[in-house]
Amino acid sequence: METILFAAFALCSILAALLTITAPAPIASALYLVVTMLCLAGLYVLLAAPFVAAIQVIVYAGAVIVLILFVIMLLNLKPIEERIPAAWRIAGIVIAALILMITFLSIMSVSSLLPTATTLPETFGKVNEISGLLFSKYLYAFEVVSVLLLLAVVGAVSLIRKPDAGGTDAN
Amino acid sequence: MQIELTHYLLLTAVLFSIGVMGVLTRKNLIIILMSVELMLNAVNLTFVAVARFTADITGQVLVFFTMCVAAAEVAVGLAILISIWRHRGTMHIDSVKLLKW
Repeated sequence: METILFAAFALCSILAALLTITAPAPIASALYLVVTMLCLAGLYVLLAAPFVAAIQVIVYAGAVIVLILFVIMLLNLKPIEERIPAAWRIAGIVIAALILMITFLSIMSVSSLLPTATTLPETFGKVNEISGLLFSKYLYAFEVVSVLLLLAVVGAVSLIRKPDAGGTDAN
Repeated sequence: MQIELTHYLLLTAVLFSIGVMGVLTRKNLIIILMSVELMLNAVNLTFVAVARFTADITGQVLVFFTMCVAAAEVAVGLAILISIWRHRGTMHIDSVKLLKW
Protein backbone atom coordinates (compact mmCIF):
# COMPACT_ATOMS: atom_id res chain seq x y z
CA MET A 1 0.00 0.00 0.00
CA GLU A 2 2.76 2.41 1.00
CA THR A 3 4.69 1.50 -2.13
CA ILE A 4 1.72 2.21 -4.37
CA LEU A 5 1.07 5.56 -2.70
CA PHE A 6 4.75 6.52 -2.96
CA ALA A 7 4.85 5.62 -6.65
CA ALA A 8 1.64 7.55 -7.34
CA PHE A 9 2.75 10.69 -5.48
CA ALA A 10 6.27 10.55 -6.94
CA LEU A 11 5.10 10.15 -10.54
CA CYS A 12 2.43 12.83 -10.09
CA SER A 13 4.90 15.31 -8.58
CA ILE A 14 7.55 14.75 -11.28
CA LEU A 15 4.95 15.09 -14.04
CA ALA A 16 3.47 18.26 -12.52
CA ALA A 17 6.96 19.71 -11.99
CA LEU A 18 7.84 19.10 -15.65
CA LEU A 19 4.58 20.75 -16.72
CA THR A 20 5.33 23.68 -14.37
CA ILE A 21 8.56 24.53 -16.17
CA THR A 22 7.24 23.84 -19.70
CA ALA A 23 3.79 25.48 -19.64
CA PRO A 24 3.87 28.70 -21.69
CA ALA A 25 1.29 30.57 -19.60
CA PRO A 26 2.35 31.61 -16.06
CA ILE A 27 -1.10 30.82 -14.68
CA ALA A 28 -0.98 27.20 -15.91
CA SER A 29 2.50 26.97 -14.45
CA ALA A 30 1.26 28.13 -11.03
CA LEU A 31 -1.63 25.65 -11.07
CA TYR A 32 0.72 22.77 -11.91
CA LEU A 33 2.95 23.94 -9.06
CA VAL A 34 -0.03 23.51 -6.68
CA VAL A 35 -0.31 19.88 -7.81
CA THR A 36 3.41 19.34 -7.08
CA MET A 37 3.05 20.89 -3.61
CA LEU A 38 0.03 18.72 -2.76
CA CYS A 39 1.85 15.54 -3.92
CA LEU A 40 4.77 16.50 -1.68
CA ALA A 41 2.34 16.98 1.22
CA GLY A 42 1.13 13.42 0.60
CA LEU A 43 4.73 12.19 0.69
CA TYR A 44 5.26 13.99 4.02
CA VAL A 45 2.31 12.08 5.47
CA LEU A 46 3.93 8.82 4.27
CA LEU A 47 7.16 9.94 5.98
CA ALA A 48 5.46 10.28 9.40
CA ALA A 49 5.44 14.11 9.27
CA PRO A 50 1.77 15.14 9.55
CA PHE A 51 2.60 18.60 10.94
CA VAL A 52 4.98 19.37 8.06
CA ALA A 53 2.33 18.12 5.61
CA ALA A 54 -0.22 20.48 7.16
CA ILE A 55 2.02 23.54 6.95
CA GLN A 56 3.03 22.51 3.42
CA VAL A 57 -0.64 22.72 2.38
CA ILE A 58 -1.31 25.93 4.34
CA VAL A 59 1.90 27.87 3.59
CA TYR A 60 2.82 26.63 0.11
CA ALA A 61 -0.37 25.44 -1.59
CA GLY A 62 -2.27 28.13 0.32
CA ALA A 63 -0.36 31.34 0.92
CA VAL A 64 2.55 31.24 -1.54
CA ILE A 65 0.59 30.04 -4.57
CA VAL A 66 -2.30 32.40 -3.83
CA LEU A 67 0.21 35.25 -3.70
CA ILE A 68 1.71 34.20 -7.06
CA LEU A 69 -1.74 33.76 -8.65
CA PHE A 70 -2.79 37.12 -7.23
CA VAL A 71 0.19 38.85 -8.87
CA ILE A 72 -0.38 37.03 -12.19
CA MET A 73 -4.05 38.06 -12.25
CA LEU A 74 -3.43 41.59 -10.94
CA LEU A 75 -0.85 42.35 -13.63
CA ASN A 76 -2.83 40.34 -16.23
CA LEU A 77 0.33 38.48 -17.28
CA LYS A 78 0.19 36.79 -20.65
CA PRO A 79 2.68 34.26 -22.00
CA ILE A 80 5.68 36.26 -23.18
CA GLU A 81 7.69 35.47 -26.27
CA GLU A 82 10.65 33.48 -25.02
CA ARG A 83 12.97 33.36 -27.96
CA ILE A 84 15.93 31.38 -26.66
CA PRO A 85 18.75 30.25 -28.95
CA ALA A 86 18.66 26.46 -29.33
CA ALA A 87 22.24 26.23 -28.05
CA TRP A 88 21.29 27.94 -24.75
CA ARG A 89 18.29 25.70 -24.29
CA ILE A 90 20.38 22.59 -24.89
CA ALA A 91 23.06 23.93 -22.53
CA GLY A 92 20.45 24.39 -19.78
CA ILE A 93 19.11 20.89 -20.23
CA VAL A 94 22.64 19.44 -20.27
CA ILE A 95 23.58 21.24 -17.04
CA ALA A 96 20.41 20.00 -15.32
CA ALA A 97 21.09 16.47 -16.60
CA LEU A 98 24.67 16.65 -15.31
CA ILE A 99 23.47 17.69 -11.84
CA LEU A 100 20.96 14.84 -11.93
CA MET A 101 23.61 12.36 -13.03
CA ILE A 102 26.12 13.43 -10.35
CA THR A 103 23.54 13.25 -7.55
CA PHE A 104 22.19 9.97 -8.93
CA LEU A 105 25.64 8.37 -8.98
CA SER A 106 26.55 9.65 -5.52
CA ILE A 107 23.26 8.40 -4.03
CA MET A 108 23.68 5.00 -5.68
CA SER A 109 27.27 4.70 -4.45
CA VAL A 110 26.24 5.16 -0.81
CA SER A 111 22.82 3.51 -1.02
CA SER A 112 23.93 0.38 0.85
CA LEU A 113 25.18 2.53 3.76
CA LEU A 114 21.96 4.55 4.17
CA PRO A 115 19.80 3.85 7.24
CA THR A 116 16.84 1.56 6.59
CA ALA A 117 13.26 1.97 7.76
CA THR A 118 12.88 1.49 11.51
CA THR A 119 9.77 1.48 13.65
CA LEU A 120 9.25 4.97 14.98
CA PRO A 121 8.09 5.99 18.47
CA GLU A 122 4.41 6.84 18.71
CA THR A 123 5.03 10.58 19.19
CA PHE A 124 7.34 10.99 16.16
CA GLY A 125 6.34 14.01 14.04
CA LYS A 126 3.54 15.12 16.34
CA VAL A 127 3.10 18.83 16.97
CA ASN A 128 4.14 18.76 20.63
CA GLU A 129 7.44 17.07 19.89
CA ILE A 130 8.32 19.57 17.14
CA SER A 131 7.21 22.56 19.22
CA GLY A 132 9.16 21.28 22.23
CA LEU A 133 12.35 21.35 20.18
CA LEU A 134 11.39 24.65 18.53
CA PHE A 135 10.93 26.47 21.83
CA SER A 136 13.97 25.05 23.60
CA LYS A 137 16.95 24.13 21.44
CA TYR A 138 16.02 26.28 18.44
CA LEU A 139 14.46 29.23 20.29
CA TYR A 140 17.12 31.66 19.07
CA ALA A 141 16.64 30.62 15.42
CA PHE A 142 12.86 30.84 15.90
CA GLU A 143 13.12 34.47 17.07
CA VAL A 144 15.52 35.35 14.24
CA VAL A 145 13.06 33.88 11.71
CA SER A 146 10.26 36.04 13.12
CA VAL A 147 12.43 39.14 12.60
CA LEU A 148 13.16 37.92 9.06
CA LEU A 149 9.43 37.67 8.29
CA LEU A 150 8.87 41.19 9.65
CA LEU A 151 11.71 42.45 7.43
CA ALA A 152 10.15 40.71 4.43
CA VAL A 153 6.80 42.41 5.08
CA VAL A 154 8.39 45.85 5.45
CA GLY A 155 10.62 45.25 2.41
CA ALA A 156 7.71 44.12 0.22
CA VAL A 157 5.58 47.13 1.19
CA SER A 158 8.39 49.62 0.57
CA LEU A 159 9.29 47.98 -2.76
CA ILE A 160 5.80 48.18 -4.29
CA ARG A 161 5.13 51.77 -3.25
CA LYS A 162 4.46 54.06 -6.19
CA PRO A 163 7.79 55.59 -7.25
CA ASP A 164 6.35 59.13 -7.63
CA ALA A 165 4.91 59.27 -4.12
CA GLY A 166 7.62 61.77 -3.15
CA GLY A 167 8.59 62.20 0.45
CA THR A 168 5.06 62.89 1.66
CA ASP A 169 3.53 59.39 1.41
CA ALA A 170 0.78 60.62 -0.90
CA ASN A 171 -0.90 57.22 -1.14
CA MET B 1 9.09 -3.68 -2.69
CA GLN B 2 9.98 -1.72 0.42
CA ILE B 3 10.41 2.04 -0.05
CA GLU B 4 13.79 3.07 1.33
CA LEU B 5 15.67 6.32 1.77
CA THR B 6 17.39 5.79 -1.60
CA HIS B 7 14.09 6.11 -3.45
CA TYR B 8 13.20 9.36 -1.69
CA LEU B 9 16.67 10.80 -2.36
CA LEU B 10 16.41 9.90 -6.05
CA LEU B 11 13.00 11.58 -6.23
CA THR B 12 14.37 14.77 -4.65
CA ALA B 13 17.33 14.72 -7.05
CA VAL B 14 14.91 14.56 -10.00
CA LEU B 15 12.73 17.38 -8.63
CA PHE B 16 15.77 19.57 -7.93
CA SER B 17 17.12 19.02 -11.46
CA ILE B 18 13.73 19.94 -12.93
CA GLY B 19 13.90 23.18 -10.94
CA VAL B 20 17.41 23.90 -12.24
CA MET B 21 16.24 23.20 -15.79
CA GLY B 22 13.36 25.65 -15.32
CA VAL B 23 15.67 28.42 -14.11
CA LEU B 24 18.11 27.86 -16.98
CA THR B 25 15.70 27.46 -19.89
CA ARG B 26 12.87 29.93 -19.17
CA LYS B 27 12.80 33.69 -19.72
CA ASN B 28 9.64 34.56 -17.79
CA LEU B 29 10.59 36.00 -14.39
CA ILE B 30 7.59 34.60 -12.56
CA ILE B 31 8.17 31.07 -13.90
CA ILE B 32 11.82 31.32 -12.83
CA LEU B 33 10.60 32.24 -9.34
CA MET B 34 8.34 29.17 -9.36
CA SER B 35 11.28 26.97 -10.42
CA VAL B 36 13.23 28.26 -7.42
CA GLU B 37 10.27 27.25 -5.25
CA LEU B 38 10.45 23.79 -6.81
CA MET B 39 14.12 23.47 -5.79
CA LEU B 40 13.32 24.60 -2.23
CA ASN B 41 10.60 21.97 -2.03
CA ALA B 42 12.97 19.25 -3.21
CA VAL B 43 15.36 20.19 -0.38
CA ASN B 44 12.48 20.11 2.12
CA LEU B 45 11.59 16.59 1.01
CA THR B 46 15.22 15.53 1.58
CA PHE B 47 15.10 16.91 5.13
CA VAL B 48 11.86 15.09 5.98
CA ALA B 49 12.99 11.81 4.39
CA VAL B 50 16.30 11.78 6.27
CA ALA B 51 14.47 12.72 9.50
CA ARG B 52 12.16 9.73 9.11
CA PHE B 53 14.86 7.17 8.30
CA THR B 54 17.27 8.31 11.02
CA ALA B 55 14.34 8.66 13.50
CA ASP B 56 15.54 12.20 14.34
CA ILE B 57 12.92 14.94 14.51
CA THR B 58 15.42 17.77 13.88
CA GLY B 59 14.93 17.51 10.11
CA GLN B 60 11.27 18.45 10.46
CA VAL B 61 12.16 21.49 12.59
CA LEU B 62 14.62 22.61 9.90
CA VAL B 63 11.88 22.29 7.26
CA PHE B 64 9.84 24.73 9.35
CA PHE B 65 12.65 27.29 9.09
CA THR B 66 13.13 26.65 5.37
CA MET B 67 9.44 27.33 4.78
CA CYS B 68 9.65 30.64 6.68
CA VAL B 69 12.61 31.73 4.56
CA ALA B 70 10.81 30.60 1.37
CA ALA B 71 7.72 32.61 2.33
CA ALA B 72 9.85 35.71 2.93
CA GLU B 73 11.66 35.12 -0.37
CA VAL B 74 8.39 34.88 -2.30
CA ALA B 75 6.98 38.04 -0.71
CA VAL B 76 10.06 40.14 -1.53
CA GLY B 77 10.55 38.46 -4.93
CA LEU B 78 7.01 39.20 -6.04
CA ALA B 79 7.34 42.80 -4.81
CA ILE B 80 10.47 43.15 -6.97
CA LEU B 81 8.60 41.63 -9.94
CA ILE B 82 5.74 44.15 -9.55
CA SER B 83 8.31 46.93 -9.35
CA ILE B 84 10.00 45.70 -12.56
CA TRP B 85 6.59 45.45 -14.26
CA ARG B 86 5.84 49.08 -13.34
CA HIS B 87 9.17 50.38 -14.58
CA ARG B 88 9.77 48.21 -17.65
CA GLY B 89 6.28 46.94 -18.53
CA THR B 90 7.55 43.42 -19.17
CA MET B 91 8.30 40.19 -17.33
CA HIS B 92 11.14 39.23 -19.67
CA ILE B 93 14.36 38.50 -17.81
CA ASP B 94 16.42 40.32 -20.46
CA SER B 95 14.84 43.58 -19.28
CA VAL B 96 16.75 43.34 -15.99
CA LYS B 97 20.40 42.98 -16.97
CA LEU B 98 21.79 46.17 -15.46
CA LEU B 99 24.12 44.25 -13.14
CA LYS B 100 24.99 41.58 -15.70
CA TRP B 101 28.21 42.94 -17.20
